[in-house]
Amino acid sequence: MEENASHHVATKTFVFVWIALLCLTGLTIKAAQMQMGEWSMVANIAIASVKASLVLWFFMHLKYEKRLFKLLLFVPIMTISIIIVLTFFDIWYR
Amino acid sequence: MNETAHIEHRDYAAAKLGMWLFLFTEILLFGGMFLVYAEYRQLNTAAFHEAGREMNIFIGAANTVILLTSSLTMALAISAIKKGMKIRSLLFQAATVLLGLGFLVNKYFEWSDHIRKGLYPDSPVLLAMSHGKILFFGLYYVMTGIHALHVIIGLSVIIFMFALTLRGNISDTDYVKLENTGLFWHIVDIIWIYLFPLFYLIL
Repeated sequence: MEENASHHVATKTFVFVWIALLCLTGLTIKAAQMQMGEWSMVANIAIASVKASLVLWFFMHLKYEKRLFKLLLFVPIMTISIIIVLTFFDIWYR
Repeated sequence: MNETAHIEHRDYAAAKLGMWLFLFTEILLFGGMFLVYAEYRQLNTAAFHEAGREMNIFIGAANTVILLTSSLTMALAISAIKKGMKIRSLLFQAATVLLGLGFLVNKYFEWSDHIRKGLYPDSPVLLAMSHGKILFFGLYYVMTGIHALHVIIGLSVIIFMFALTLRGNISDTDYVKLENTGLFWHIVDIIWIYLFPLFYLIL
């Protein structure tokens, strides 16, 4: 597919993404109510990340953008991830 | 006479790249707050769970649905203008603004309810609680507050874009302003997607 800025996304695609997002919202509430302790948190963050990816990929058009945009997104995400992981090593093993 | 003077110089890719770079700084801004949340939650797990029960899941879930729907209408407003459907785009932009206002109205009721119960920063009720609960509510007000500020800014920009679309400044040949506004609105949605489980779904 041509990496084209004026790429038209079908209305149907957007509506399907929206329905998926609503279903995932229901799922995340269910996961929280299952009382799995801190595993509920892990499940909720995982579901939130799937939702965020759907918004980024379709609503924010990233799927149709040049590769540069996709690669650049890794910079803030990796920065945040590294900082959080390193901080937790400090909390756990101090 | 001088035809070259009328040539507009546009750089579509650069306009979008600039917006994405700004969004990265937003991700880092909220990322820093998520880090503080994660650390304090790790150190005060029980208190965070107890404080989380004060949250109204229903309002949180309703606001999640509202923001997700507003993201849909924003995306549809952009695809409409690309196809040259001005009226349709304006209607979707207006719908996005109304949904955003609905989010803020919910937020108002939610915060008033907390304040009525005496749960606001530095309140006597809150200060009598455990250290962990004070941290939870502090983070709650700062993070959802800065998020709500983003919603207000986003709405103002969308209203501005509505006027530009009405005047034909945004059209099927030049719509990058509306697209960039959409990108901002979606990042505000994404931040809420994470805030919702962190504050409302700790049971």
